[in-house]
Amino acid sequence: MTTPAAPATVAAAASPWRLRSGRSWMGWAFIGPFMAVFALVFLAPIAYSLYLSLFQDRLIGGNTFVGMDNYAQALTDTQFWSALSRVSLFLAIQVPIMLSIALLVALAIDSGRLYGRDFFRISIFLPYAVPAVVATLMWGFIYGNRFGLVGNINDGLGPTVPDLLSPDLVLASIGNIVTWEFVGYNMLIFYSALRVVPHSLYEAAQIDGAGQFRIITAIKLPAIRGALVIATIFSIIGSFQLFNEPSILQKLAPNAITTDFTPNLYTYSLAFSGQQHNYAATVAIIMGLITMVIAYAVQLRGMRKDV
Amino acid sequence: MTSTVRPPLRGLGTAAALLLALTACGSGGGSSSGDVESALEEGGKITVWAWEPTLEPVVEEFEKKHPNVEVDLVNAGTGPDQYSALQNAIKAGSGIPDLAQLEYFALSQFAVAESVADLSSLGADDLDGTFSTGPWGSVNIEGGVYGLPMDSGPMALFYNADLFDEHGIEVPETWDAYVEAAEKLQKADSEAYITADTGEAGLATSLIWQAGGEPYRVDGTDVTVDFTDEGSTRYAETWQRLLEDDLLAPTNSWTDEWFQGMSDGSIATVIAGAWMPANLESSVADGAGSWRVAPLPQWEQGAAASAENGGSSLAVPEAGENKELAYAFAEYAAVGDGVDTRLDNGAFPATTRHLESEEFLSREFDYFGGQQANKVFADSASNVVEGWSYLPYQVYANSVFNDTAGKAYVSDTTLAEGLAAWQKETVQYGNQQGFTVNQ
Repeated sequence: MTTPAAPATVAAAASPWRLRSGRSWMGWAFIGPFMAVFALVFLAPIAYSLYLSLFQDRLIGGNTFVGMDNYAQALTDTQFWSALSRVSLFLAIQVPIMLSIALLVALAIDSGRLYGRDFFRISIFLPYAVPAVVATLMWGFIYGNRFGLVGNINDGLGPTVPDLLSPDLVLASIGNIVTWEFVGYNMLIFYSALRVVPHSLYEAAQIDGAGQFRIITAIKLPAIRGALVIATIFSIIGSFQLFNEPSILQKLAPNAITTDFTPNLYTYSLAFSGQQHNYAATVAIIMGLITMVIAYAVQLRGMRKDV
Repeated sequence: MTSTVRPPLRGLGTAAALLLALTACGSGGGSSSGDVESALEEGGKITVWAWEPTLEPVVEEFEKKHPNVEVDLVNAGTGPDQYSALQNAIKAGSGIPDLAQLEYFALSQFAVAESVADLSSLGADDLDGTFSTGPWGSVNIEGGVYGLPMDSGPMALFYNADLFDEHGIEVPETWDAYVEAAEKLQKADSEAYITADTGEAGLATSLIWQAGGEPYRVDGTDVTVDFTDEGSTRYAETWQRLLEDDLLAPTNSWTDEWFQGMSDGSIATVIAGAWMPANLESSVADGAGSWRVAPLPQWEQGAAASAENGGSSLAVPEAGENKELAYAFAEYAAVGDGVDTRLDNGAFPATTRHLESEEFLSREFDYFGGQQANKVFADSASNVVEGWSYLPYQVYANSVFNDTAGKAYVSDTTLAEGLAAWQKETVQYGNQQGFTVNQ
């Protein structure tokens, strides 16, 4: 790319873009289209939400500026915090289970000892291709103890399976759906990371007398640490954004899944059944901040060179 | 060159039109049906948001009678979905329909926010006595008439008579007898339930209404919510017995499973408004001949109290541009010939003229084995307990019913505690929205 003529053409082309200060605006011309779209679809909605969160629109009394009142209210809102602790519990239990299964499967497929490797890879990935709405409906029908698979089992063997849609168990039932949906996706991330590890390392380790387990802990896991961190961050964000699954199961279990079951569901009900758009915006902003902080902390911790 | 002259002239024209409009408004305060007449002659186009299927033929007829008028009937969603859309449109100030279907429980929310117009000046104040007391009371809010009752839902007990006969169960006349019937049925067949209920605000409030409870008292923006009055307590205690002994089928209403339960005999009764027969005919076809209609069981032996469940009105949004024409259509659909068309298509009227007509009352329902079911409904309509009012934010309140009172259906929480939690939540929301609730 370094032809002799290049400097001259660049100088000539750049001159109209050069202001008196001598600063080049050429770069802006290139990122301009992106910045315009970015500002319109990303920055503007955030700015508008921030603006909304400073007001309060009441049925009686209309729209008034309330400053930080909405934020103060959210900080003491038990509904919001119980929703947040619910998804945190979900995060603490479901994510490790899901990632462990995904890792186990990825290692198994990568080991080269599995018969029908491609079949396993595709069939474990397949649930990810099923839309979340369809998957949830399907599982909802399985869970139903009067009409679903659980109902049939109970009819056949007597009442053995507890009600999976009861308030105590519904979070675990949702965890099961989410695990089913996303094991394949995470498996693929891990598997592709494993594929780029040079095989000569394994051979060298084997010559040194390392067993399979040692190879995994000493070579494979350190090699895919980046992928593990990424998958964890995606899962954290996914857990905090939990919405589809509870929202659809709500139709089947209206008394178990409340309108403030997860932070996103709570925001949704505030905006659409309570007409509290301003407060909904506030809750959304706070939730966004919390998610960002936690995801960033995990990233910092996970990417540190010395563990 | 002429084009330079036009803008000021056009501006002048607009100003004149505005002035005319203003004066028209000024003089329009007094009489009104005249304005409606002239609006009909002048014609124009109105948009109607409704999900009620029987309005379709009414629109066709109306357009035939008034060729100048074009009515655009839009289904903007059912119930809460449509209210959200309407509230959003009103907030945005554009895309507002000229006429909207609002259920009775939702109307006062729009009336209090002044989102829908008081129709008294358009001629609705002359309609006193046209409608049965329940619906008419529901559209009369704070001295104004905010909608025209389109249909009504005087309640009745729909029951599977064959199933009752099979197990030797009598049609319950009181709610105590109803609980006993539930026990008896469950004993005879562990798969059979007296009714399905997973917690529905509409049913709970209607039964409290029938029991004479007045949990909501509304005086302008002063609101009282109290679920500890006698009627509410009575309901909570009786229903608690059904809940404790698992006598209610845990099947959500309006699901396939629900209709199936009614077909296969696992759900023996349905407590609903007079709009139910059409649903039974279409979705529980197997039940034809087995089902009958009885008056609602009573809270007091020998009483004849009833309540409304469901039903909607047609309301004119305040921001609508052609209120006179919108009113003209609403009147046609709710009072005029439109009612007959809608009755032919299975609607249940709110107009006393129809409720009392011999032809209507003596209609025999094949589905109910030739029973003259309308007589039961008409009796129910005339026995609706007076004095009930919904919250001016009932749509929201209903949306959190399952969060609070619904707990009684799936845990050890009692229904009374559940209602107390519901009360707490609605009080809090009301105060946040600028009402003075329980203060």
